[in-house]
Amino acid sequence: MTAASRSNLNPLSLHVPEPRFRPGDTVDYTDLAISEAGAQPRPDETCEAAETHPLCTDLIRVLDDAGKAQGPWDPKLDPETLRRMLRTMALTRAFDDRMYRGQRQGKTSFYMKCTGEEATSVASAFALADDDMVFPSYRQQGVLIARNYPLVEMINQIYSNRADKLKGRQLPIMYSSRDHSFFTISGNLATQYPQAVGWAMASAIKGDTRIAAAWVGEGSTAEGDFHSALTFAAVYNAPVVLNVVNNQWAISSFSGFAGAERTTFAARAVGYGIAGLRVDGNDPLAVHAAVQWAANRARANMGPTLIEHFTYRAEGHSTSDDPSQYRSAHEREEWPLGDPVMRLKNHLIALGEWSDDQHAAMDADLMEQVKAATKEAEKNGILGHGLHHPFHTMFEDVFEELPWHLDDQAEQAIRERRIKWPTWKEYEK
Amino acid sequence: MNMIEAINNALDIMLDRDPDVIIMGEDVGYFGGVFRATAGLQKKYGKTRVFDTPISECGIIGAAVGMGAYGLRPVPEIQFADYIYPGLDQLISEAARLRYRSAGEFIAPMTVRSPFGGGIFGGQTHSQSPEALFTHVAGLKTVIPSNPHDAKGLLIAAIEDNDPVIFFEPKRIYNGPFSGFYDKPVEPWSKHPDSVVPEGYYSIPLGKARIAREGAAMTVLAYGTMVHVVASVCEEKGVDAEIIDLRTLVPLDIDTIVASVEKTGKCMIVHEATRTSGFGAELSALVQEHCFYHLEAPIERVTGFDTPYPHSLEWAYFPGPVRIGEAMDRLLKDS
Ligand SMILES: Cc1ncc(C[n+]2csc(CCOP(=O)(O)OP(=O)(O)O)c2C)c(N)n1
Repeated sequence: MTAASRSNLNPLSLHVPEPRFRPGDTVDYTDLAISEAGAQPRPDETCEAAETHPLCTDLIRVLDDAGKAQGPWDPKLDPETLRRMLRTMALTRAFDDRMYRGQRQGKTSFYMKCTGEEATSVASAFALADDDMVFPSYRQQGVLIARNYPLVEMINQIYSNRADKLKGRQLPIMYSSRDHSFFTISGNLATQYPQAVGWAMASAIKGDTRIAAAWVGEGSTAEGDFHSALTFAAVYNAPVVLNVVNNQWAISSFSGFAGAERTTFAARAVGYGIAGLRVDGNDPLAVHAAVQWAANRARANMGPTLIEHFTYRAEGHSTSDDPSQYRSAHEREEWPLGDPVMRLKNHLIALGEWSDDQHAAMDADLMEQVKAATKEAEKNGILGHGLHHPFHTMFEDVFEELPWHLDDQAEQAIRERRIKWPTWKEYEK
Repeated sequence: MNMIEAINNALDIMLDRDPDVIIMGEDVGYFGGVFRATAGLQKKYGKTRVFDTPISECGIIGAAVGMGAYGLRPVPEIQFADYIYPGLDQLISEAARLRYRSAGEFIAPMTVRSPFGGGIFGGQTHSQSPEALFTHVAGLKTVIPSNPHDAKGLLIAAIEDNDPVIFFEPKRIYNGPFSGFYDKPVEPWSKHPDSVVPEGYYSIPLGKARIAREGAAMTVLAYGTMVHVVASVCEEKGVDAEIIDLRTLVPLDIDTIVASVEKTGKCMIVHEATRTSGFGAELSALVQEHCFYHLEAPIERVTGFDTPYPHSLEWAYFPGPVRIGEAMDRLLKDS
């Protein structure tokens, strides 16, 4: 075709996605396809990957509007486990609220909440073994809390104080705990995904029984690391559970900028030929069931599963963000899948295993627990108030052994400190 | 005008003057960028001139290469310089060599804007100064403004340039010049002479340094935030140093540097990036090559330390007044 022969064609035009609602808009979610609770089939955990592919565009749900558990995905958890799960989710929320306020009071530089997404981490953690290695993003504090990591340690890290196990080096909330099989968090999005696959491959190479699990936001699925991870997971049939937390927003960019207009995130599994599930991320039972299914599958040597948790980021992206600038306030209020804590609470009440009074007492108790932990941590200092790790620690762990140039630089840092504050004495443990 | 406003103004002018200029990046569209540098531009120029991208730095830079090949002038934003790495292959192996390998048939006239540097409690992944990495790549230009006036003029020149340009914005001084005395209040740009930004179009040629302060006791080579830190130390200590604000690292204004070092006989280099193989090493070698017989003392290099940027000890990491002052004392003693 020559340019002249194309002159009668319509001009091309660029498509730029646009979210349905902006600040001030009234929200209408009637278009959102929400499957009926209990209506989704549950294939055998050892099935062919392709058998799960219809579930990649469906939505696995267990809890109905009345709080009753329905269908083949009901994990049939005992009331004690359900109450523990509820408590862990509520504790995660209470912790977030307190830390958010702490940042506003200047006790630290930064904080990120997971409000509305507690099920995606807590219910997942309940479905994994405690020594399965998790490769979290920055909104999976619920996993750490579910694994009984001390709140005081979390707060020490957030305050970057002298008791912070990470020596004040990491941005607040970027925890790490090998003892809790919780991989160190990176600020660079999606880098943990191929690493999780590598860990799972190593476990398979060694004939271990532990599996790996990773979390990534839907926005981050656009990174090349996500796709490299899926390729490796598929090629080596790695025993890994790959979670995508689709909370609809990546800072100000809605999920359409990660490709959500054309297909679901779970459907990425189809192209790689691995198992995929799409679950109601605000339904703790559905999340638990899906992760347990995937974990059992991985342990049966049937390889990776990609799980999309369909949820909503109820709060701002972080303490540096103001979501009212780019999305309608009604979105949160109108979110049709409800709140995960309330849904589990209602379920337990419907079972006759919980009450409003018990719930209120629990919340008060959790608030006290967080408050006490905060007080305890504050004894070790808050950010920028001098109670941090000794200066020399800044130069440690760059390498296993300190080379001459870092030794010189450490001396320099300490000399500078003495010049500026002649009376200063290093805090020593 | 503060630096963000100056950058926004430069982008506005270039979008208006040249229909081939487009802006893209994470959150730059409706929201106007996490630092608000592109605020209001999508509304004014439409969704196909200013738009959000997927979180894929490789996609952003790779797409910009293709757009450049078509004939557009993309101005991609990388949200933080720390996140440029996933796009490195497209930048280093592709954008930087397009002209060379196609003997000029294809070019990549893109300006990659990105906030860099520390001093904002951003931790390891919102604080780095990776400029040396880019100066090491043949075919990339690296520009770093130090005030609103220069930010506007240099950004306009970068967008008009037919080669790929990395435009690093020192985020510590977005809202006001930083003295390095972190425990003293920061003055807003409005109190500073360099915040007077002419309305309308003007450009500052790439490859021309600026003498930020004239002096006779020594030459200090600096860029970005460090220009202000050095100036305030000179004031505090009463040191009559000549401060050269490099403005562009590649191409480098070697003539201005040589003339100043020949005049003062002493040279100090200051940057925030880690020391080993930092841009200071290149500057030091150049000064030694060009000014050896004029030097009256060894060249001093003041830099960040060779560790990742620590969160709680960031002021101990930052090359602040004490580190700079000590180096000045050493230089002054040698005469
Ligand atoms: C490689 C990289 N690019 C950009 C950023 C800046 N950034 C931090 S969080 C974020 C949005 C992530 O959204 P999503 O993956 O959906 O997770 P969510 O925050 O919604 O949980 C961006 C762009 C980054 N941290 N890393």
